[in-house]
Amino acid sequence: MSQSAPTREVARRVFAQEFNDAAYTFKESDDERAPVYLLLPSGAQANRVFLVGTLTEKEDVGEDNEYWRGRIVDPTGTFFVYAGQYQPEAASALRELDAPSYVSIVGKPRTYETDDGTVNVSVRPESISKVDAATRDRWVVETAERTLERVDRFEEEGNEYGRMAREQYDLPVDSYRQAAIAALQSLETTDELEVEA
Amino acid sequence: MTDLRTHAAEIAEQFSDHLDVDEDDIEERLDNLVNEYKVPVDEARRSVVNHYLDEAGLERDAIRAGGGGSQAVEVSDIDEDEQWVDITVKLVELWEPRSDSISQVGLLGDESGTIKFVSFTTSELPELKEGSVYSLQNVVTDEYQGRYSVKLNRTTTITELDEDIEVGDDSVSVEGAFVDIQSGSGLIKRCPEEGCTRVLQNGRCSEHGNVEGEFDLRIKGVLDNGNEVQEIIFNKEMTEELTGITLEEAKQMAMDALDTTIVADEMAEDVLGRYYRVSGPTLGRYVLVNEFEQLTGPVDAEAVLIKARSM
Repeated sequence: MSQSAPTREVARRVFAQEFNDAAYTFKESDDERAPVYLLLPSGAQANRVFLVGTLTEKEDVGEDNEYWRGRIVDPTGTFFVYAGQYQPEAASALRELDAPSYVSIVGKPRTYETDDGTVNVSVRPESISKVDAATRDRWVVETAERTLERVDRFEEEGNEYGRMAREQYDLPVDSYRQAAIAALQSLETTDELEVEA
Repeated sequence: MTDLRTHAAEIAEQFSDHLDVDEDDIEERLDNLVNEYKVPVDEARRSVVNHYLDEAGLERDAIRAGGGGSQAVEVSDIDEDEQWVDITVKLVELWEPRSDSISQVGLLGDESGTIKFVSFTTSELPELKEGSVYSLQNVVTDEYQGRYSVKLNRTTTITELDEDIEVGDDSVSVEGAFVDIQSGSGLIKRCPEEGCTRVLQNGRCSEHGNVEGEFDLRIKGVLDNGNEVQEIIFNKEMTEELTGITLEEAKQMAMDALDTTIVADEMAEDVLGRYYRVSGPTLGRYVLVNEFEQLTGPVDAEAVLIKARSM
């Protein structure tokens, strides 16, 4: 079988509200090492995400080994990030960061099914960086744009991930458009306050 | 003209820079071999060429490629290894040669784009000047990891032209979040063999084996805009500018830590997770960064908001 070098998976931009609504994961081939995708409810596959938000809390929840949990807040909700001994750079970044601060994270979506059958979604970070407010604002606008693009294409014929999302989730896709609007408005309010101050 | 006469003329042309050979003399030698000794023409030709090479004390690669000669091409058309070509180009920029065996190295360009060139000390060619336009006849193409370059050689004729060329802009501009620094970044060692510059893996060059490498800085990174990824390469100068870490400082850091990987780690801390716009020419799947800017300015939320409300 001729196979070109695996191409790098793009890092999706998704707000916390939509990310946490996701639960369904799938592979696109039977290969054991094939990438696992989280199906975003607005109709896209995510093997990697890039997010910027406020680290509000961090805690070492490990028993024998260090296992850091961070809460990263965006205008729509909270991402949960876990880093342990297999993510040494990210774990040490979490250990050393002060909350609150703006951080950006590149990472992989992970799902975990609890005893009562609900699926929790978290991020396993590849890297964590301390960033400034401008970077965070840029991410909010960019993520709104990417979200709107997905919502816009959701019903399009041939959008197989849109179709998959309709089959797997019973979620109103317009709620993600509204979340994007609210996120953008939150930026504008901040700007106005800064101007008045 | 007879066939032999044509061959004779071509051989004379091959030697025109080096020997004053008489076409009649060449034809006679060919005729003797072909008609008297029944040697095939190709072999006869080879033999005659060798005779004159001996006479002139030249190596075979010192004369122009025989048979057909080289072809005039645009630099963006160069997509094959070891082709003899003629190009008309402007010397865009000279780089610092990494080895004494290289007399000049840099970037040539024509309307179609740019290409790296190397001129070797042994070829004893006149030096090219930045900004000048030349007709270069008989250069050889070379390929390394999907990237093409041209090598000037002893048979290359250089004619400076009194004209200007608008060098094609094959550079692209991309922006996105800096999401990864790949292995082979930071403080690296390159093979010191002439014209090689391959990056060493555990002190070994894939071509020349164990060598005493030369330190260099670079970053192989990934920009990601949420829809697409673009791999980018920062050379030493761009890496120093991006990270504020000079080659000397990097060496010192590595020495203090007894570990070269600390340099890439330190660089990752400075750049990952931020937004950049970079531009430069593409080579293979990479953009070679020659300009970059961190995107820190305000963003236009209003335009996106209008779009969102109109959906």
